[in-house]
Amino acid sequence: MNPTTAGTQLGQPNTTAIVFFLLFVSITLAITYWAARKTKTTSEFFAAGGGISAGQNGFALAGDFMSAASFLGIAGLVATSGFDGLIYSVGWLVGWPVVTFLIAEPLRNLGKYTFADVVAYRLKQTPVRLSAAVGTLTVVVFYLIAQMVGAGNLIRLLFGLSYETAVVIVGAVMILYVLFGGMIATTWVQIVKAVLLLGGATALAISVLYRFGFSPAALFSEAVNRYGPEALAPGKLVSNPLETISLGLALMFGTAGLPHILMRFYTVPNAKAARTSVFYATGLIGFFYLVTFILGFGASVLVGRQAIVGVDKGGNMAAPMLAEVVGGTGFLGFISAVSFATILAVVAGLTLSGAAALSHDLWSSVVRKGHAPEAEQLKVARIASLALGILAIILGVVFKNQNVAFMVGLAFAIAASANFPALLLSMLWRGFTTKGAVASMLTGSISAVLLIFLSPTVQVELLGNASALFPLKNPGIVTIPLSFIVGWVVSLLAPEAEASARFAEVEHRMHVGAPVTPPPVTVPTGVAGTVPQKV
Amino acid sequence: MHGNSKDEALKALAARRWRVAGALTVAMLVAYLGFILLVAFNRPLMGHQFVPGLSVGIVLGALTILFAWVLTGVYMSWANRKYDSALDELRR
Repeated sequence: MNPTTAGTQLGQPNTTAIVFFLLFVSITLAITYWAARKTKTTSEFFAAGGGISAGQNGFALAGDFMSAASFLGIAGLVATSGFDGLIYSVGWLVGWPVVTFLIAEPLRNLGKYTFADVVAYRLKQTPVRLSAAVGTLTVVVFYLIAQMVGAGNLIRLLFGLSYETAVVIVGAVMILYVLFGGMIATTWVQIVKAVLLLGGATALAISVLYRFGFSPAALFSEAVNRYGPEALAPGKLVSNPLETISLGLALMFGTAGLPHILMRFYTVPNAKAARTSVFYATGLIGFFYLVTFILGFGASVLVGRQAIVGVDKGGNMAAPMLAEVVGGTGFLGFISAVSFATILAVVAGLTLSGAAALSHDLWSSVVRKGHAPEAEQLKVARIASLALGILAIILGVVFKNQNVAFMVGLAFAIAASANFPALLLSMLWRGFTTKGAVASMLTGSISAVLLIFLSPTVQVELLGNASALFPLKNPGIVTIPLSFIVGWVVSLLAPEAEASARFAEVEHRMHVGAPVTPPPVTVPTGVAGTVPQKV
Repeated sequence: MHGNSKDEALKALAARRWRVAGALTVAMLVAYLGFILLVAFNRPLMGHQFVPGLSVGIVLGALTILFAWVLTGVYMSWANRKYDSALDELRR
């Protein structure tokens, strides 16, 4: 497919892009080689041995979260529809305080590698881990689809490669990171990428603002001159108020249920580092979204909406095209390479969290009942990573023409409905039971997927039906409360004495952290988990 | 018993952390839902430009992002100073 717009180098091989991309891949593969030699235990594979500092983890968290879908997708949304893009930016950020206040520290103190560790802490392992894995894998798959689709389109436009080839390249490099370097490599790839992305986006924003006397208001005014005052007001995206609220809730609580984000809290040494790292991440991400907003308006004014949509219907090429206008082919190459790097890094993080669910939650805890030797756990983790990498490639090809920002919205809805309620209830409520947790997680995943299937997006846009059974594109407003209520009611119907008896232990450990020396196994209930007095 | 009074103090401290965390969560929810509800139900207000180029919606959106970051900062400084030192006291 040739771009219809004259004057853009998009779609032709770009030497700068190729050089920058090869440079990024070589550096990160060198990191992977270094990390591979340090990755000998499951703790190193899944959690970098807990040796990441708060500052490093802040960048890595920001890296995991600043996906290409949010960089290219939001810039594109703002460029093509103005204010509406900001609704996504705000929604994607406000989940972070919730993570800081409610989730980060207890998660670090209670768990080992996955959020299922926390939910299953005082409940029955097998059913809880099985249903947690369902939630995790569903989220990972949806999020992966969004990333792979973004990757394929981006590289097709950049290098002139076919979409399928692009998807295979991304999948292959990502598999190398995860397979050999585990969490240590993935974290450092994330940090390098976060610095590049923040630096690149900031440089681009400064070049845009330079043309408007460093006044964002002047830039926005120009957008109004071109596209009318509607550019600065809520538009088509919010034609249905209920839809907006539903999307907002999914974005806010989804962050606190994203498996690859939650997994990052196990890479730091303690609860203090966990909380501090979210503060850094929130600052970096907030800054990034504000910058993306400048880029979106910059693109709509300097590139023009028609030109942007002419190259890619979804508007995802707005930021790279803007780079070309303000900085020429070289800058286009740099921004494109950074976007590509971004996708690689996020896919690696996602795959690792999916592999943790498969290997730690399903294989080690459910199949082997906690008796799998270290070497076997590592082997299963690597097989799982490989399998997920291949699945990502296949799904990327299958879902070729979806809007990437929208697909991420779906992943958030599932994370918010399947994972977040069970996680919160298990930490806060003594009366939460195994059956309640299972019911809440399964209800959340199944209802979110089902309602998405019945939504206008699938029924009308994909299948071409005249109407949809469920009126909203995002099911969060129904499925999040539903998951809470089901978890609560089912727990009340069949109380679990053992689970509530062990709540004191959960409470203690949640705040104090793991005992310095593990308590003896034979300690009677009620005393278990208290800090050993001799320390 | 010594251990018991320590347990009580720990429980009280834990309860205090949940109260602070809960209050800050509610503050964030109110700010965000306020923004979302205005977006959903008061389009003319959000589109009103009080300075050419700056609409109420854009400024409120940016402020919500800033507010979220400030709130996490407030929590972090409270937890790093007050909560952690009280916890260390009890751990001893």
